[in-house]
Amino acid sequence: MVALAPSSADAALHGLKVQVRNVSHAFDTNGEQLDVLDEVSFTVQPGAFISLLGPSGCGKSTLLRLIAGLDEPREGKIGANGVRIVGPDPSRLLVFQDPTLYPWRTVRQNVALGLEARGLIREQAHRVDEALDLVGLSAFADVFPNQLSGGMAQRAALARVLVNNPSLLLLDEPLGRLDSLTRMTMQAELLRLWQDAAFTSILVTHDVEEALLLSQQVIVFSHRPARVIGTVDIDLPYPRHRDDPRFVTLRRELLATMGLEHQL
Amino acid sequence: MNKPVQVQTDTATPTDFTLPVEGGVPADGLVARLREHVSVPVAGLLWLGAAAVSAAWPDQTAWSRTTLLAILQAGVGIGLVGSALFLARRPVFKVISEYGLWFGALAVLITAWEVLTAKTGILPLPFFPPPQSILEVYTDDVSRLLESIAHSMLLLLPGYLLGGLVGFTAGVSIGWSKSVHYWGYPILRFVGPLPATAWLPIAFFFFPSTFSAATFLIALSTAFPVAVLTSSGISTVTSAYYDIARTLGADTRFLITKVAIPAALPNVFVGLFMGLGSSFAVLIVAEMMGVKAGLGWYLQWAQGWAAYANLYGALIIMALLFSSLISLLFYVRDRMLVWQKGIVRW
Ligand SMILES: Nc1ncnc2c1ncn2[C@@H]1O[C@H](COP(=O)(O)OP(=O)(O)OP(=O)(O)O)[C@@H](O)[C@H]1O
Ligand SMILES: [Mg+2]
Repeated sequence: MVALAPSSADAALHGLKVQVRNVSHAFDTNGEQLDVLDEVSFTVQPGAFISLLGPSGCGKSTLLRLIAGLDEPREGKIGANGVRIVGPDPSRLLVFQDPTLYPWRTVRQNVALGLEARGLIREQAHRVDEALDLVGLSAFADVFPNQLSGGMAQRAALARVLVNNPSLLLLDEPLGRLDSLTRMTMQAELLRLWQDAAFTSILVTHDVEEALLLSQQVIVFSHRPARVIGTVDIDLPYPRHRDDPRFVTLRRELLATMGLEHQL
Repeated sequence: MNKPVQVQTDTATPTDFTLPVEGGVPADGLVARLREHVSVPVAGLLWLGAAAVSAAWPDQTAWSRTTLLAILQAGVGIGLVGSALFLARRPVFKVISEYGLWFGALAVLITAWEVLTAKTGILPLPFFPPPQSILEVYTDDVSRLLESIAHSMLLLLPGYLLGGLVGFTAGVSIGWSKSVHYWGYPILRFVGPLPATAWLPIAFFFFPSTFSAATFLIALSTAFPVAVLTSSGISTVTSAYYDIARTLGADTRFLITKVAIPAALPNVFVGLFMGLGSSFAVLIVAEMMGVKAGLGWYLQWAQGWAAYANLYGALIIMALLFSSLISLLFYVRDRMLVWQKGIVRW
């Protein structure tokens, strides 16, 4: 595997601190207000890996869009390294829940999108191939997205973001469509990448095991409008093992926080 | 074509996985193969028969190009038979045999036409000229026809390209910018449905020459559908495409040229296709009404002399010319939209 190492110039940027302060958000749908986030607050330390866990439709994707700067919260503030986020920036990148590759571009061209948009494609073209290699799509570099499977498209979307060497990686169920084997490989890759490049990581997932395997802290949300109903710190060294007694304890604790202890 | 394999899960034995076979060849496979290998030589023989009818059966009133017609028909016949004999294994024969039935039908059709006109006179002149009289048009009036084709193309192509460019630019601006949309879209909605030919009298009055007036009208008739379809294409690009590019650091220029336009391109080509169709109509009307050159004018001239063979001859040329232009447009589109499959075929 190839390391997508940050160039030295970027190193100083690495690992954004994210501060979410009393963020509330709502959508207006057919004249009615749909409250989605309710006074959400948390802080992510530079270089930390946290997971957001919550029921479907509670507002997790919405929160990631706000942190990415695609939308502005109705109330509250979101800061990156103490600076208020007012718009999107290539240092904060979001791997969308839906891969949405551009159908008119080949996989390689899709992955090259960010470098192209920022005029870096000439100097850093090799990063595109490295990223494709990393997600195991080198053989499919020159096909169009309509020839990819759902899981391959998700991996391409991941490569499209990784190639830009972000300081904050926002992952919206990026491994949701992968089979369990590929999923485990990609989890390990993601972890290795995060350890090497030292970016801050916020992962939205439905998978309790995935949250426990990857993150240092899990933030649990309520039903919509999402409130933070609990935080579980995962004080385990990497790599983690599912049958580790501490892992099992933490899983029970996490399920209890989610109100699912009877599931055990 | 082979039939899909039927798998019966209740009585799953290995034999269930074999194709439904009769006498070694699947039923419709036999028909397809017959068609492929027999239709072309049969069509060739039909063309030879058509040649024999043309040559051996005397015309009611002697036509000067009957011999030429017979020679051409014989040529097609020999070509088809020869291709079946000598090219049967070449890929080109696949294409020929694809249209084998058409070749045969054409031979029959032309023979019927020949018999009903030149040979028996059942269909009367001057409205029903025989095939050889149309050949006569092509051999004896070739210079005027070529000149007319050249005039038509020199009028059509600049007007069409200009209109396509203006329509595309207008469409992108209207689709992208809210303020351009506010002012431009109502104009498009209000003026656009007017057929460009309705402007003809005014355009001929305002423009210094009929040529420039016609160019303007062709451009107008092209620009409208291109603008409407481009702007709707641009404004319906899913916002997810923009979100992705924006997070990756794209500026407005990148969003327009690398996201909005490629996403709207299929729509643009539909507009260009519709524009091409209406530009043909405007071209012919403009040539009939004032330009005094080109195929439209040729039609009118032929009508004035009751030269129906010339009329039909010109119609055939126009059909060939215009369908080739549409094929060219579709070829360009297929090249530019390789990523997209299964759109309107031509
Ligand atoms: N652009 C929008 N306009 C209106 N309502 C929206 C919009 N985006 C999201 N919503 C609504 O906000 C709520 C939260 O949506 P969101 O996508 O954030 O949920 P989620 O937690 O990511 O769910 P899932 O786990 O299923 O992906 C939903 O009820 C959804 O209908
Ligand atoms: Mg979501």
